[in-house]
Amino acid sequence: MKPAPFVYHDPRTVAEACDLLATRENARVLAGGQSLMPMMNFRYAMPDHLIDLNRVDELAYLRCEGEVLRVGAMTRQRDLEFSPEVGKRCPVLREALSHVGHRQTRNRGTLGGSLCHLDPSAELVNVAALLGGTLHVVSKGGARDIPFAEFAVAYMTTSLQPDELLAGATLPLPARGRGHAFAEFARRHGDFAIVACSALIGLDRDGRIADAAVALSGLGHAPVRPASIERALRGEKPGAAAFKAAAAEAGGFDAVADAYVTAAYRRHLARVLVYRALEQASMRALEAGNG
Amino acid sequence: MADTRTITVTVNGRVCSREVETRLTLADFLRHELNLTGTHVGCEHGVCGACTVLVGGVSARACLMLAVQCDGREVATVESLADGDELNPLQQAFRDNHGLQCGFCTPGILMTLTEFLRDHPDPGEAEVRDVLSGNLCRCTGYQAIVAATLDAAKRMRGGA
Amino acid sequence: MVATGFGASVKRKEDPAFLQGKGQFVDDIHLPGMLHAAFARSPYAHARVGRIDKAAALAVPGVHTVITYADLPESVRRQTLPLLVPHPAIKQAYMPYALAKDEACYAGEPVACVIADSRYIAEDAAQLVAVEYEPLPAANDCRAALEPGAPLAHAGAESNVAARFPVKVGDAERAFVTAAHVFRERIHQHRGGAFFMECRGAVACYEAPAQSYLLYVSSQGSHRLKRCMLDMFELGDHQVRVVAPDVGGGFGPKGSFYPEYVNVAVASRLTNRPVKWIEDRRENFLATHQERDQYWDVEIAVDAGAKIIGVRGQLIHETGAYVPWGIVLPWITATTVPGPYVIPNFKLEVVSVFTNKIQTTPVRGAGRPEAVVTMERLMDRVARELKLDRAGVRARNFIRPEQMPYNVGIIFRDGRPVTYDSGDYPACQAAALATADYEEFPRRQAEARGSGRYLGIGISNAVEATGLGPYEGATVRVATSGKIVVYTGAAPQGQSHKTTLAQIAADQLGVDYDDVTVVTSDTAGISLGIGSFAARTAVNAGSSVHLAAREVADKAKKIAAGMMECMEDDLELADGCVRLKSAPDVRKSLREIAVKSIGMPGFSMAGGLPPGLEHTAYFTPERSVYSNGTHVAEVEVDIETGAVKIVRYTVAHDCGRVINPMIVDGQVVGGVAHGVGNALYERLVYDDNAQPVSTNFGEYLLPLATDVPHVDLVHLETPSPLNPLGMKGAGEGGTIPAIAAIISAVENALAPFGVTIAEAPITPQRIVELLGPAALGRTA
Repeated sequence: MKPAPFVYHDPRTVAEACDLLATRENARVLAGGQSLMPMMNFRYAMPDHLIDLNRVDELAYLRCEGEVLRVGAMTRQRDLEFSPEVGKRCPVLREALSHVGHRQTRNRGTLGGSLCHLDPSAELVNVAALLGGTLHVVSKGGARDIPFAEFAVAYMTTSLQPDELLAGATLPLPARGRGHAFAEFARRHGDFAIVACSALIGLDRDGRIADAAVALSGLGHAPVRPASIERALRGEKPGAAAFKAAAAEAGGFDAVADAYVTAAYRRHLARVLVYRALEQASMRALEAGNG
Repeated sequence: MADTRTITVTVNGRVCSREVETRLTLADFLRHELNLTGTHVGCEHGVCGACTVLVGGVSARACLMLAVQCDGREVATVESLADGDELNPLQQAFRDNHGLQCGFCTPGILMTLTEFLRDHPDPGEAEVRDVLSGNLCRCTGYQAIVAATLDAAKRMRGGA
Repeated sequence: MVATGFGASVKRKEDPAFLQGKGQFVDDIHLPGMLHAAFARSPYAHARVGRIDKAAALAVPGVHTVITYADLPESVRRQTLPLLVPHPAIKQAYMPYALAKDEACYAGEPVACVIADSRYIAEDAAQLVAVEYEPLPAANDCRAALEPGAPLAHAGAESNVAARFPVKVGDAERAFVTAAHVFRERIHQHRGGAFFMECRGAVACYEAPAQSYLLYVSSQGSHRLKRCMLDMFELGDHQVRVVAPDVGGGFGPKGSFYPEYVNVAVASRLTNRPVKWIEDRRENFLATHQERDQYWDVEIAVDAGAKIIGVRGQLIHETGAYVPWGIVLPWITATTVPGPYVIPNFKLEVVSVFTNKIQTTPVRGAGRPEAVVTMERLMDRVARELKLDRAGVRARNFIRPEQMPYNVGIIFRDGRPVTYDSGDYPACQAAALATADYEEFPRRQAEARGSGRYLGIGISNAVEATGLGPYEGATVRVATSGKIVVYTGAAPQGQSHKTTLAQIAADQLGVDYDDVTVVTSDTAGISLGIGSFAARTAVNAGSSVHLAAREVADKAKKIAAGMMECMEDDLELADGCVRLKSAPDVRKSLREIAVKSIGMPGFSMAGGLPPGLEHTAYFTPERSVYSNGTHVAEVEVDIETGAVKIVRYTVAHDCGRVINPMIVDGQVVGGVAHGVGNALYERLVYDDNAQPVSTNFGEYLLPLATDVPHVDLVHLETPSPLNPLGMKGAGEGGTIPAIAAIISAVENALAPFGVTIAEAPITPQRIVELLGPAALGRTA
């Protein structure tokens, strides 16, 4: 299991990287390497040109600015995990990261790599959907922003053009007082989830749900933000009745099957995890309100 | 023509320059170019953790890095742990607690724990199991590895 | 001096090198001019292999040669790989060629071997070997493969039946007529694998001047491998030397002989260079033997008091594409069924079936875990149906210690009647239950249910034939340097033989275990050997070392008595010397004695003794010795997700007298982890065309540190009367009862929902399926 031959490029700037991407045939961009390198070792991926972004320093940044978190594509998962600001302002991201692989893989793995690999149940992909982030894409010709909801076009396929590079993301931070939860079911610690559900819940003064965001992944090629569930929760008292209704709704969604997991089990897990995520997020919202 | 580069890597404090094919993994560079065969290759897809080394002081899978990516950087392998033939406290605790059987996964586990104990000098069992979940061992059932780690932490804190 | 001999938990001699990265595993061997091999393998589970075009592969710079079947030496073309254990019950003895001749029978079967300057280049070229394949229908499932009209695993075979045989005790048919109760279970057990951390590998070095081969192979026994090589290449005994360097786990499959080893030898001869092949993890999933696919249809008959009258049924065993170990696996399975229980009447019809999957051969437990799952499922069924305590049902059926030695009435694979030598099964279960706090469990369970949590407990018992013959040997030599070396055919893969065998030798020679070096699994070190598998090394090699070292000690005394002009009986061995018991300062060092022992040119040997301070002994056990154990698993099941967490795990086990308790503990706990994998995680999924789907560690789930519980151990020690040190095997006992205990616990946790489990592994998804609407839990 050795990678097939390629020509290696290690640009120092985004401009250089874009130039390479625009001019080389069958090129792949290497970020943290925790997904692409195994695929190259298995020879599932055999690029002719490998464009390594690890020396493009301008792609690694992490800033809380007002109500948004700005993250570079080459920011390591460990830097997100250990950032006190992320922990404080966006605990759902910190919690999601604790499920991402293992320490040694988070040390190398990047936000951009995870988003572009686009595993259907990857935790960072789920949280990006929950927060409703915007992706910043650059190419030799210019730059554009892609709302995260429009990023995934098919199974593990993004809407990036072949000459485009993900440079970073802007993630709206949850408003103060929001309760969060990240519930997933994976076979073992660190595995990709079979199904994951994250949630943000805000309560009004009467203790009713004022707003709810839910991201559910593992059912299809990308996470969904089930509008029907989010809408129905608004104005409800957080409690078993509301959670059950949301769970039942989730249990009715379409789901894919593979050699290991049936569609029925994915739907079942969606149902259970929606309940659990809403329960925990509501409890935390309540605590935040009382505290 | 093979795509090659000359790289300079500081491995266990020694500066090493070699011309390598750019597709050469860090694991193969260490093992076959530098003859540091203590770093083991168990899966080549980043799951088993046997090839774990420290790059710039941070643990990483050597099978998921290219040697060229380490040009100008510092790498530490299992060969850096002992002082001559004198085992360090982590190694000694592994021996005392029977934390290894076939010994194949051991180097990667030691490097994972070297980083972990540096950052968490007083861990609990759950934290140790959590960090060990990034390394596979088929012999021990992990129990003796956990015991060895807790024992090593104690020794390193000076409580032995 | 701290005791370092038999019974002491001394630190391992192996560790300092391993801990410093100084182990010598096969991939650590670098020889000048060495070339590297990669294989082109069949992408189809079953295909006719046609024309092979090597041109593109040969054109890759750095490629030295490409070997296909047609390029193999005549003797290798003429013969298939040897069937290691032939048996008359084998109806069709299909075995593979070193490279596929005209048919490939599993996905991953080697078709061509590329030799190049580096592994990277070899893989580049292997992709370019153009093979014309004609896909054939594949046999995927051993039960389906028995149906009329099923695809044949081998073109032209009469059927997919490899072997068929009965195992019988008493008269099961008659017994069932008189039974108060008869219960039937259909059980499926799924295949898994060894998945040692170090994949297989070999380095071959053809030495032209001597016309001989030196092979380093990551294996569980060099001597049988050498014999296979001699047969395949038709060479003289002096022309092959096989060495097992440090081996990174074996668990059974590294005890087999594989086509890759033949190919590297051929390649080394052709290129006149050393050639290395290191199995990568994908190859390991495709081409290393696996185990455990079995379908059972069994009935148990009990009397009104839940005493077993008989067990009968059918076992369909999957052998995969070939039969390298004959019927060893299903035979062991069948003979392990009775376990610690009195079963007066037993009849099992066994059929071993070909499919187009990699062959099944022993993996830690070797057919026994399957038997234990089946028997313990039956015991749980009896308890459930008759509303009895599960431990109680087992207790009333145990063979009593006073019945030892106990003849089970069936013939084991060694051809001898299964006769348990010793053991106290009731005491073992009682000890396990006490440590697991079994009596209090109902309270824990009720309390948990009160808060919506589901706890379950499971018990399983097993008796394991260990220490199988024919023999293992040891040469114990005191060199003229005074240093002691033990040579043995045993081949450790983590079992610490370099420590334990040194401990045994040290006892007889009056030295510290650090003064004894153990050289394992080198055919140049000792002429005969079998290797390390089947929990046989302590008994066979350990006894050999003991016997040989005792002879050496006696000889040292004889020589010293001559040198010191005293009686042998007045002498003892201690501190590396032979000394007078009455005046310890009067002594001769082993070095001096060793020098004396080899004689001087021109002088006759003193005292007519044969030369050399050394002795070779082969311990040939008269029959197996039987270890036993009880496992108690306590689990919590999340009924909404199906997740199983093992919250408590207890093992009581008896492997006779223990050489090194620390090492035995390690073997047992590690074995449990393997069982945890088989019970809950490890599934090798194949599609309908027998194409393997699980070919990486992301999909085939080995248990992690966060999955394996802490194991509480209780030791019992019933010495075996069948070897001088009273030992029994310990390497597999941790695995064998584990699967049964865990699935029993899961079933117990789900008892309120009427769930029964008849399969292993049991996955969360399957648990949710079995629970049906109950799995909706709070979301209902």
